[in-house]
Amino acid sequence: MSEQQLFKVTIDNITIEVPAGTTILNAARQIGGEVAPPAMCYYSKLAGSGGKCRTCLVEVSKGSEKDPRPMPKLVASCRTTVMDGMEVKNITSEKVVDARAGVVEFLLLNHPLDCPICDQAGECHLQDLSYEHGKEGTRYEFQRRTFKKHDIGPYIQLHMTRCILCYRCVFTADQLTSKREHGVLDRGDHAEIATFIEKSLDNEFIGNVIDVCPVGALTDKTFRFKNRVWFLKPVEAHRDCPTCSGKVTLWNRGDEVYRVTARKDQWGEVEEWICNTCRFEKKQTSDWVIEGPRLVDRHSVISQGHYAGSVGMHKPAETFAAVNDGRSPKLMMDIHDVSKVNRNEITLSLINGPAHSTNFNSTKD
Amino acid sequence: MQALTNRAQAVNRKPMTIMEKLYLPSIAKGMGITFSHIFKKQPTIQYPEEKRPFSPVFRGLHVLNRDEEGRERCTACGLCAVACPAEAITMEAAERLPGEENLYREEKYAARYEINMLRCIFCGLCEEACPKDAIYLSETFAPANFARKGFIYGKDDLLIPDPTKDPAGFAAAKGEGQ
Repeated sequence: MSEQQLFKVTIDNITIEVPAGTTILNAARQIGGEVAPPAMCYYSKLAGSGGKCRTCLVEVSKGSEKDPRPMPKLVASCRTTVMDGMEVKNITSEKVVDARAGVVEFLLLNHPLDCPICDQAGECHLQDLSYEHGKEGTRYEFQRRTFKKHDIGPYIQLHMTRCILCYRCVFTADQLTSKREHGVLDRGDHAEIATFIEKSLDNEFIGNVIDVCPVGALTDKTFRFKNRVWFLKPVEAHRDCPTCSGKVTLWNRGDEVYRVTARKDQWGEVEEWICNTCRFEKKQTSDWVIEGPRLVDRHSVISQGHYAGSVGMHKPAETFAAVNDGRSPKLMMDIHDVSKVNRNEITLSLINGPAHSTNFNSTKD
Repeated sequence: MQALTNRAQAVNRKPMTIMEKLYLPSIAKGMGITFSHIFKKQPTIQYPEEKRPFSPVFRGLHVLNRDEEGRERCTACGLCAVACPAEAITMEAAERLPGEENLYREEKYAARYEINMLRCIFCGLCEEACPKDAIYLSETFAPANFARKGFIYGKDDLLIPDPTKDPAGFAAAKGEGQ
């Protein structure tokens, strides 16, 4: 057998050659665009992930060159490897689109539709998926599952009700650290990730569970309720970090650093893991070397109200003085003197955890 | 030149007749029309005393709504601000403390909420975007003001009266059509 045996696989009538052992999902990602099935649980950087959420279901209409029978059921593309001559239908198959809509509805069954409160809204994969499949409403009329609240420290906020049990955080805690302290307890409706998470909190890289979480189950407590992601400017920055690569995305408002996340690629996966110090403790612009604005997909709500690709550091040029013989405009009112929002006395980004009424009432209105 | 349409009329350049040169009959005719309006129905209304009924779809001054128990509905989700084409809405969110459950409906609420009425174009997109039925455009105008800073409406200006403490004020703020 040659070292690099290439298999020819046709996905949505696009043919590509991939090495043997590649999964259908990864082959589709090499083609890119709409052909790639969505994935809620598969994470290319975590070994063993995938096979949990069923959103990546595809139809295999021809098994291989040698055995051209179609596969009897839809298969999870993140776990199925390609065969030579395989033909796969993703968005061209009615069955797949229908099944995926059903899967999304099942994922949303116990998911509280509290997107207005959730900090993940705007960058949530489940939100995108449900809107793509027209399942943003709910037909479910019963009590959704609830859990006892777990407080897991000052940095990470756990909302177990929002969890879709993708196991990504479990694999992250398991694989980034030497010992397994974090798993899923109980079964079925009662399954939850909460119990062991307290024990791995001292890990230097545990903050990455926030980034891998496809929904708002694990969110950044230092950013909690501070702002909505679409009002922030994503900026690429780096710093000399002794523990991690230090390459991050800063989410700024003005010059305030509201949140630090790892950089995510086009599949929403972290490019390089970052450490807790970078993520939670470096909330000053002076801590970072700013590289420039981060490109945001123009279909994302984060790029709303911005010109294509220019969310970030672009400041519009003032033209008034140039066309009026150097006179500056006469200001009838400075909004910052009147407005009570964004007061200088309240630096939201430096408050640990969410702001409370005490933060707002302590200063004079 | 050939006319483009058959509606064109040539200008009458005939000299005026004696009746037309006198002017007075024409003036009397015009005055007659003017005086006849005295006996017709007046379309004018005396505004502050009299008011026209609003259309049921009228979009006026915003109110921030409360639920039946008097808790604020707004959760500061920011959808009104992102939907606003004039970028008139700004807000800051806070987390509800234990003991504030009677004030705010959800665990997150708007600690600061401001609408710049100078920017607002009363398009009603905020009302449409709101997932919590928290913002409504009422059937009132923004009152006139001598200073620009009077048009920056904060939460104290926008919040509807508490229905449990001031039911009359609550009903009045909701308006008849609501």
